[in-house]
Amino acid sequence: MTDSVAAGGTATISRGVVQTLLDLLTAKNYEVVGPTVRDDAIVYDRIARLADLPAGWTDRQEAGRYRLERRDDGALFGFTVGPQAWKRFLHRPVETLWTMRKTEDGVTVESGDSAVPKFAFIGVRACELHAIAIQDRVLSQGPYPDLAYAIRRQDAFIVAVNCGQAGGTCFCVSMQTGPQATAGFDLALTELLDGADHEFLVEVGSEAGAGILQELPHRLATDGERAKAAAVVARTKDQMGRHLETEGLKELLLSNLTHPRWDDVAERCLTCGNCTMVCPTCFCTTVEDRSDLSGASAERVRKWDSCFTMDFSYIHGGSVRKTPRSRYRQWMTHKLATWIDQFGTSGCVGCGRCITWCPVGIDITVEAAAIRANPQPQTGRQHGQP
Amino acid sequence: MANLEEILQEHPLFVGAPADLVRLVAGCARNHVFRAGDYLFHEGGAADEFFLVRHGKVALEINAPGRAAIVFETVGVGDFVGASWLIPPYRWAFDARAVELTSATGIDAACLRGKCEADHDLGYEMMKRFLPPLVKRLHATRLQILDVYGKH
Amino acid sequence: MASIDSAAPRPSDPFVPQIYRVERVSRELTDIVTLELNPLAGPRPPFEPGQFNMLYAFGVGEVPISISGDRHNSGFVHTVRDVGAVSGAIAKLSSGAMIGLRGPFGTGWPLKQAEGSDIVIVAGGLGLAPLRPAIYDVLANRGRYRRVVILSGSRHPDDMLYRRELEQWRRHLDVEIEVTVDHADADWRGNVGVVPTLIPRAAFDPRDAVALICGPEVMMRFTANALRDVGLPTDRIYVSMERNMKCAIGLCGHCQFGPSFVCKDGPVMRLDRIADILTMREI
Repeated sequence: MTDSVAAGGTATISRGVVQTLLDLLTAKNYEVVGPTVRDDAIVYDRIARLADLPAGWTDRQEAGRYRLERRDDGALFGFTVGPQAWKRFLHRPVETLWTMRKTEDGVTVESGDSAVPKFAFIGVRACELHAIAIQDRVLSQGPYPDLAYAIRRQDAFIVAVNCGQAGGTCFCVSMQTGPQATAGFDLALTELLDGADHEFLVEVGSEAGAGILQELPHRLATDGERAKAAAVVARTKDQMGRHLETEGLKELLLSNLTHPRWDDVAERCLTCGNCTMVCPTCFCTTVEDRSDLSGASAERVRKWDSCFTMDFSYIHGGSVRKTPRSRYRQWMTHKLATWIDQFGTSGCVGCGRCITWCPVGIDITVEAAAIRANPQPQTGRQHGQP
Repeated sequence: MANLEEILQEHPLFVGAPADLVRLVAGCARNHVFRAGDYLFHEGGAADEFFLVRHGKVALEINAPGRAAIVFETVGVGDFVGASWLIPPYRWAFDARAVELTSATGIDAACLRGKCEADHDLGYEMMKRFLPPLVKRLHATRLQILDVYGKH
Repeated sequence: MASIDSAAPRPSDPFVPQIYRVERVSRELTDIVTLELNPLAGPRPPFEPGQFNMLYAFGVGEVPISISGDRHNSGFVHTVRDVGAVSGAIAKLSSGAMIGLRGPFGTGWPLKQAEGSDIVIVAGGLGLAPLRPAIYDVLANRGRYRRVVILSGSRHPDDMLYRRELEQWRRHLDVEIEVTVDHADADWRGNVGVVPTLIPRAAFDPRDAVALICGPEVMMRFTANALRDVGLPTDRIYVSMERNMKCAIGLCGHCQFGPSFVCKDGPVMRLDRIADILTMREI
């Protein structure tokens, strides 16, 4: 018996219907991507079967540490976020922008390969929904929107999942980006696992979501089920592994640009750039111009880049940011401070990946707290002062 | 001599200076006119008179064997020429050549040093007036040696 | 910010270079050439003095180069110095060659804001190239400004960019032009010393003037200091910033300077907005 549920409404589906959902999306020509276990981590890749999901797995995350562990139940989404973000599908790591060919008449240009599948993302967390919205602002709402990105975004079908637990490095509560998914999804699932009962509360977030739900076996959610789902989220809220005080954070960091803490973190930071690779909002790219040996054709390829490289700020025979200190400072002040000036929100969604995947365990919340505990504002003659 | 006091008071080094200070300094001063190409002083000479430029332009230059003189700075209206009169052994470090017709007020260094030694208030006032343009010139010189327009 | 609202249609894809033909190449100095570029089809897009284009050498790469021609010229004029693989490839192009071009991008000089006031234009070295379109505009609309002062510094008299034009501009009786060099031989009868030393003697009223500065960053800072020392407020001093650029359209993140993207919040920036980070190292 399937009742019609409009956007904002809730329904309940059983565990098996998740498979039906995957099949339905595949049948509608979506490339279905979701979490799966590979190389001792939970990554995002093509999935087709329920068995592809990390059923019964959870993750233990701490600064510089990530391990998978078996759960004592069969939860399909009983983990938080892994090393990858959805940006690897929306803002591709490698993209050919165009190819140019010299002909007898002149030069022809072809835009890059824009034949990209439309994606269905399964299991997007609240922090990740915010991260996607942040990248939307950066990449498609400026004076020069990235149209390829905008099309991929438009075509994507998003099935969010409300976290049933917080990770060891999570602080979405501090960043007001979770744990409840509130917007930016087509459907949002909350896993309700109670002994033998394994169901999902489904919240409809859009007309497209309503349409898909209509084709799945479901029933209207009861008050009890809604309450259980709310309890799941409330429990997660209390489990946050980290806290970041955001009050006045932008002003704090921008007035402490010469704080000795930057020297302190510079002694630890390897400038490996892991944080920028795993961060769901980092968007920086570079371009590579290539030509074939005959010089008859050339192409420009855009690739992910990191502000931690020496090349990133290279001008006139030298880099502007030579020292690791300056590069770490650039990353952290951009993420937590100047991003606000540029795009109206913080660049951080509190997912904790940068803390987990830093090989030396540098923790952005600890660094910010250290500066806040002992501010040493830069002095120095300003041009405007007499 | 009254004429010299008015002339001194027009120069940025003495603008706003109290009348008795100007009178004291004027007592060591005299007018000069240099034609284009005239040297105000040569390297190694006794730094016994320094100059406040009223009109014209003066090139500070260094001679090196086998090549033309290198001009490293020109100074003009409102500037001073010569700082070595302040420090023993009171010998000029460079050549100073008038680039065009230049009128300048020359101030006898021994005379002024003597008056400053006798009247420390005068000495301190002279220091306050002379140091800022000297320091600014040092800053400019430092920027100059960076050779910022060169290729890196 | 002084960003430009251009009414002209943008190229369909700002990532893709348009093809231009090199019409004319003139050698300015040993390693500096000026290219005049015309689009293969249609008119070139309009530009504001101070803006730049990304010039693409086939298969080699792209560099941001300020536009340095007259607004009324049918093509884009660019003065390029050979300092690397890409600029070297561009500097070696000959008349008839093809070149890729994306732009114009960025903010322009505050010529509107300066109307009715004195305008002081200070160039250091190659910095005269991004200022030349502003100078053309000012001289063509001389009546809109009160006193016009142009100061230009070079390494040596033999390294003076646009020397013949400087001499021509000097013939304008209502414009003050002073040049200086960092060092010279005895047969140079002009000024020797850094550009900031020209400021105290320049004839403008700091109570109502706008200054445009372009050159190496160190030169711009020292010049701004000298202007501030004579009383010009920092919200009337403009500089042209430079940072690593890849996309030139605010998407790649490379050109960030504090909260600003030099490609879209600059390159022309008002000093009071960046003064606090301008003197900080490695920002």
